[in-house]
Amino acid sequence: MKEWTFEATVERIPWLTDQVNEVLEGLDCPMKAQMQIDVAIDELLANIASYAYGAGTGEVTVRVDFEADTRTVSITFIDSGVAYDPSVKSDPDVTLTAEEREVGGLGIFLVKKTMDDMTYVRRDGRNVLTIFKRI
Amino acid sequence: MTINKQQNGSVLTIAVQGRLDTTTAPDLEKEIKTGLDGVTELIMDFEKLDYISSAGLRVLLSAQKAMSKQGSMKVIHVSDLVMEVFEVTGFTDILTIE
Repeated sequence: MKEWTFEATVERIPWLTDQVNEVLEGLDCPMKAQMQIDVAIDELLANIASYAYGAGTGEVTVRVDFEADTRTVSITFIDSGVAYDPSVKSDPDVTLTAEEREVGGLGIFLVKKTMDDMTYVRRDGRNVLTIFKRI
Repeated sequence: MTINKQQNGSVLTIAVQGRLDTTTAPDLEKEIKTGLDGVTELIMDFEKLDYISSAGLRVLLSAQKAMSKQGSMKVIHVSDLVMEVFEVTGFTDILTIE
């Protein structure tokens, strides 16, 4: 439906969020779902920008699709960085106290909890990560 | 994101407006790190906060850890959406939310 390819940096997060929000507004997406998707974009693009290409940078392709039958938005992130499957990442222990809690590891967990599904495949040397949200 | 700080004696209130995410969280972190001298009560006012991502949660966690040593911290006027993030991540048990 819509696709963008750009250099994966955290500075591009607000721009990408605006692009996706424009698409979501055209789909009459409820505000809550939109904000949850915005958070997911923040987490996933920040991950790719920070880790996929090590100390360097590289490109990411982001594609937004919509399945009208089920009113499901899917957003796919494709990068050619190091293989990384966040869908199998173990969940952080959210029952620990503030002193015991590690600073980090919550992003992917938050995405898994707020999206309806997350899939990952490594294809042709690329990470292909898709999140699904019914709106 | 806009940050409004108001200090009343040893009570510091920080009101955050907009999105607290990867790009904006460092600004809040800086404000908190440089502003806690002599503060015994830190109040985070989230009335106008649109949403929070894990980068924002990390800032809250380190603020909570710092304030546990020198006083207390509470978060006020939390919206339903932000509260859901706190619940999912177990932050409702870490933070004092009013």
